[in-house]
Amino acid sequence: MDEIVAHSRRDHPDEACGVVAGPEGSDRPERFIPMLNAARSPTFYEFDSGDLLRLYRDMDSRDEVPVVIYHSHTATEAYPSRTDISYASEPDAHYVLVSTRSQNDEASGPGNEAEFRSYRIVDGVVTEEQVEVVETYMFAHTGADDVPDNA
Amino acid sequence: MATVSIPTILRTHTGGEKAVEASGGTVAAVIDDLESRHSGIKGRLITDGSLHRFVNIYVDDEDVRFAGGLEAPVKDTSTVTILPAVAGGMR
Repeated sequence: MDEIVAHSRRDHPDEACGVVAGPEGSDRPERFIPMLNAARSPTFYEFDSGDLLRLYRDMDSRDEVPVVIYHSHTATEAYPSRTDISYASEPDAHYVLVSTRSQNDEASGPGNEAEFRSYRIVDGVVTEEQVEVVETYMFAHTGADDVPDNA
Repeated sequence: MATVSIPTILRTHTGGEKAVEASGGTVAAVIDDLESRHSGIKGRLITDGSLHRFVNIYVDDEDVRFAGGLEAPVKDTSTVTILPAVAGGMR
């Protein structure tokens, strides 16, 4: 969660995007993968098509799925837009939205909280879900790499 | 026959299969063959003869948008990968 917010702040005023992958069927977001916003836009994000293919091949080879798909809104609330809903195509994913709009407000300074909310988007229907922060997922960077190969 | 990799959202059409086989010398022909085996899938990919904005199709490592579109050639040994675009925005 801290990494998603940090990425969103870093890319502001453009939208930031990425995924947190986890083992298929586990619903555990373990491996943080920030992506480039190929649109480099404050109002639109899109994974580069080549990056997208490499990402999915990589996840497939690890038996992972995108547990979380995140992006930031830079001037509006952390709620899925019509565009977000029309593109949403992972019914099992948690769609996380971060709003960095408070960064536009110089007077309030960098210490203000980013909005961080999560949704399911299935067949065009948005359902917000509660976000629970769990420390243990933070060890995720090691992932399967700490399991010795049997080579 | 080419191997076609199916994304999660379209696996309802393939009985849950992640990869299926289909024949055809072009992406369009492969999609027609897919449709004959897995009814309904074509409409999820193509409208009025063009590829949906929301969908990426790759022949091996090449996005067909940069390789001839639906007329992009497919070999028997090719892997055709269908992936939904991951995109959105505030409007």
